[in-house]
Amino acid sequence: MNAIEVSGLTKSYGAVHAVRGIDLTIKTGEIFALLGPNGAGKTTTVEILEGFRTRDAGDVRVLGFDPHDEGSAARQWRNRIGIVLQSTSDSGDLTVIETIEHFSGYYSNPRNVDEVINSVGLSEKSGSLIRKLSGGQRRRLDVALGIVGNPELLFLDEPTTGFDPEARRAFWALIERLRGDGTTILLTTHYLDEAEALADRVGVISQGEIIEVSTPTNLGGRSTAQARVSWRDGVEIKSQATDNPTSVVSKLTAQFNGEIPELTVTRPSLEDIYLKMIGVTHE
Amino acid sequence: MNKIPSAISLGIRRGGLEIKQFSRQRESVVFTLLFPVILLIIFGSVFTDTIAPNVTFSQYFVAGMIASGLVNTGFQALAITIPLERDFGALKRLRGTPMPASSYFIGKAILVSVSMIIQILMLLGFGAIFFGVDMPTDINKWITFTWLTLLGSACSTALGIAFSIVPKSGRGASAVVSPIVIILQFFSGVFLIFTQLPSWMQQFAALFPLKWLTQGMRSVFLPDSFATQEVAQSWETGKTLLILIIWLAIGIFFSVRKFKWDRD
Repeated sequence: MNAIEVSGLTKSYGAVHAVRGIDLTIKTGEIFALLGPNGAGKTTTVEILEGFRTRDAGDVRVLGFDPHDEGSAARQWRNRIGIVLQSTSDSGDLTVIETIEHFSGYYSNPRNVDEVINSVGLSEKSGSLIRKLSGGQRRRLDVALGIVGNPELLFLDEPTTGFDPEARRAFWALIERLRGDGTTILLTTHYLDEAEALADRVGVISQGEIIEVSTPTNLGGRSTAQARVSWRDGVEIKSQATDNPTSVVSKLTAQFNGEIPELTVTRPSLEDIYLKMIGVTHE
Repeated sequence: MNKIPSAISLGIRRGGLEIKQFSRQRESVVFTLLFPVILLIIFGSVFTDTIAPNVTFSQYFVAGMIASGLVNTGFQALAITIPLERDFGALKRLRGTPMPASSYFIGKAILVSVSMIIQILMLLGFGAIFFGVDMPTDINKWITFTWLTLLGSACSTALGIAFSIVPKSGRGASAVVSPIVIILQFFSGVFLIFTQLPSWMQQFAALFPLKWLTQGMRSVFLPDSFATQEVAQSWETGKTLLILIIWLAIGIFFSVRKFKWDRD
């Protein structure tokens, strides 16, 4: 069974075609990263899946439910999903634990509140008022509120924006633990390294269409793309693109009779591939 | 698998949370709860005349302030704070949880009721102690007082939630909402004696609930002999009930059908 099934999804705002016929399937238990520049239709697509926006056409099933439907079935459905929105703040007059405890009361089978606080690394801030938290700590509270209901499917919209590298790593570890529990995760992010570290598959969306869905290692023919070998020859840095970097290196080894000065062999990063796909070239 | 908590039990939880949040915002506690008392002190000290046999201005004013307190704690407070919550993204986050809209509305109604009760006790207490405001002795008057307060609170809450869709942003909400309330307070005979207002003002005010709440509260706090001095020469209790119910229905309709959880 698939967690998310989308076919022929379209959505326009006046004359602007934000989403132009998206097909997408996300398997249960999978971590799927949706990548795309601002204005590509990423947020519109995700918000339709979350039930925040209506669609013009197409079929959408999220955990077997049409997010557009309302009523008590919608409550049952929201009981099974978790949503971490891009920007949320509040008056901040409650403490971390009061807020999480309150939200946990909305669900039929919430996680243990202390465990949730622990897992997002806010144990020491548990009794602090929200308005006294830093930006990164608030973001971790958002994540805590998204997972406290013990969701089968979790939407994460740019979850680590504003995190320092250490907090980001800790967050990645949390996502790995959720994966271990069998949670399906739909992630949107601007950080390609994050997509590469977490996602089983990535989809690239551009101008309202999905241009490719693949694993991070295979996206855009990355695994078969040419490698670049570079080295120093006297005062000059030379480089060569090749399908067979090993043979290039062994020729150079013979030529230099041993150590090759400043040798590097690089393959295109996910970011290089992504930027090429959405039509941005490196400066 | 446990069941999802009922809308009513979540509404009560929301009410508790709303009160906790509200009580920690010192400025709004002072403004919302003390402001009517401050006005009573000012008006009660300036206007010391009697406006009819055995009716002091303070007596008249307390009735009006209780009625207008219903509008302040419900309509005004909600129509200003809900757009702020929407701007913060707090409403959208709630929308993404299994908490139903009705629980959110119940929570707001609880907050309004609690602040209303505190405000009424303070107004009556200050009025009785410092300005010689008399309390009704007739049980029927207290019955009228009870249903007026309950229906008025409900009406004011529903209209505040409904009106929260009007301000474009949280920051601008106060500028949209406050003038409406202040104008209605003047037109409805809260600060001024209703019968002394020009008739176009009276007729305009009669379209809105505050005029009826004010008149209803006068029927509780003023002697029955004063009824002859009302515009209709009676308290018009039945009409008041009807008009409040109509406005309650309008408020509920727009709250349920048009409530906005998200900025556009």
